[in-house]
Amino acid sequence: MAVVGIILIFTFVISAGLPLFFKVGPYRFLFGMEWRPTGGQFGILPLILGTLLVVAGALVVGGSAGVVTAIFLSELCPQVLKRTFKVVVELLAGIPSVVYGFFGIIVLIPFIRSQVGGSGYGILSASIILGIMILPTVTAIAEDAVSSVPIDYKLAGLSLGATDWQTIRQVILPAATGGIATALVLGIGRAIGETMAVLMVIGNAPQIPDSLVKPVSALTSTIALDMAYASGDHRTALFAIAIVLLLIITLLLISIRLLHARLGSAE
Amino acid sequence: MTRARVFDLSAKAVAWAVAISTMVFLILIIGYVVIRGVPSIASVGLEFFTTAPRGIKMQGGVYPMIVSSIYLTVLSLVIAFPIGLGAAIYLAEYAGRGRFVELIRFSADLLSGVPSIVFGLFGLAFFVYFLKMGYSVLAGALTVFLMVLPTLVRTSEQAIKAVPRSYREASLALGASKWQTIRRVVLPSAAPGILTGVILAMGRAFGETAAVLFTAGSVPQTPASPLDGGRTLTVHLFYLATQGQIEDSFRVAAVLLFVVLGFNLTAGWMMARFRRRFG
Repeated sequence: MAVVGIILIFTFVISAGLPLFFKVGPYRFLFGMEWRPTGGQFGILPLILGTLLVVAGALVVGGSAGVVTAIFLSELCPQVLKRTFKVVVELLAGIPSVVYGFFGIIVLIPFIRSQVGGSGYGILSASIILGIMILPTVTAIAEDAVSSVPIDYKLAGLSLGATDWQTIRQVILPAATGGIATALVLGIGRAIGETMAVLMVIGNAPQIPDSLVKPVSALTSTIALDMAYASGDHRTALFAIAIVLLLIITLLLISIRLLHARLGSAE
Repeated sequence: MTRARVFDLSAKAVAWAVAISTMVFLILIIGYVVIRGVPSIASVGLEFFTTAPRGIKMQGGVYPMIVSSIYLTVLSLVIAFPIGLGAAIYLAEYAGRGRFVELIRFSADLLSGVPSIVFGLFGLAFFVYFLKMGYSVLAGALTVFLMVLPTLVRTSEQAIKAVPRSYREASLALGASKWQTIRRVVLPSAAPGILTGVILAMGRAFGETAAVLFTAGSVPQTPASPLDGGRTLTVHLFYLATQGQIEDSFRVAAVLLFVVLGFNLTAGWMMARFRRRFG
């Protein structure tokens, strides 16, 4: 069923979007500077850049905090607090993305507007919201990786007179690199695919980003916003964007597989 | 104090600070929505849950949205449960390590990575137009079913695999067939774990927005049959929040949080009990 599902999704999305690739040409579609679908301009470079910048920002915010929290949970956290912390992290993973988007609109946007300037909508806001959203994913998987490092490694490090921090940095982290990388890649996957929260805080103006606090657009948010009224080529173009998203996700998944295969053979 | 010791202490201090502020921030999000939302619901009273929204701005009650959300969640799980469980039994008990099984696992992973808006587009093209279901709860439920399937299969498979070998051997030694063993021994023991997966999937279905927006639609009516369209609570919150109706948004967000967190807390609690039993 999963196989049938995935085949159905790929065939339908690809057959609905592919005509545009031929009509516009893959180069002009992917690297065109202007997304003005009602005027016949189908360049998605602004959207790709929007997505890339937001995801990079989310990784800086949520990826780093997630990895540090994971190390904290498995190495430093007192047992009493650990359960509570883990429950909170799990709960956060379940909050619907519209609720995150709503939180962004009422708290984050006014804050950025008054502290940083601009309208508040833009890459900065979207990065922070997405960072918070990927944090639980990154934390949970990185924590698994860090705690599955054999305790012997840690004891060996400590018994050589290394401090806790030296042991973590030079023994435990290198041993957990593969797992932490997987956590970050999954975080990236989640950030690329996230739609509603991004749609609600990014500002939705398909232009080449030149400021962190100016409204831009991302791949997913454009599909969600335009689908309500798109027709003809515009509609086909949205499916073509979906093809791009599917390709990115497939590549990410394959890279995780390769990572595991390499680590598996190294052990 | 040596340099190494200073480094050690400051690194630990940073880790503590990051972890604590993460937690505080996370609790703040939930707390803020609850603190603003619950009194607001209380001031409207029970009517909030039992009446339809009024006027062009959709203020007041959310009864039709609650019905749509529950309808969609239940329907997608009714479809997903037998199929997911069947797939999990196959993967855990019958499947070897062949190429086909690898393909299934890869597809499941891929399916769980597909962005929700792409599911929405697919649902629109396939269920709404190609199969001519129109904007309907059924089209939404089928789309969400595909989304929750990987989670459901994975948790059920793990639950089945967690049942100790000795249980199976005891049953087989009594002369039971493989299927009898699965049905009478393995599945009942794995039931709490499987149920955990179902509850998690329900939480996800209830909280999904992008995939239902263009499949179930956004008409604020109470769906009478699966072929009617409806507006879920999540889609409602999206419209309210982007139209700047903050007070109404807080109420809907609080309801969503309570339901989804309730599902997840229950699932977490059941999973902990299940793990304690089978290690």
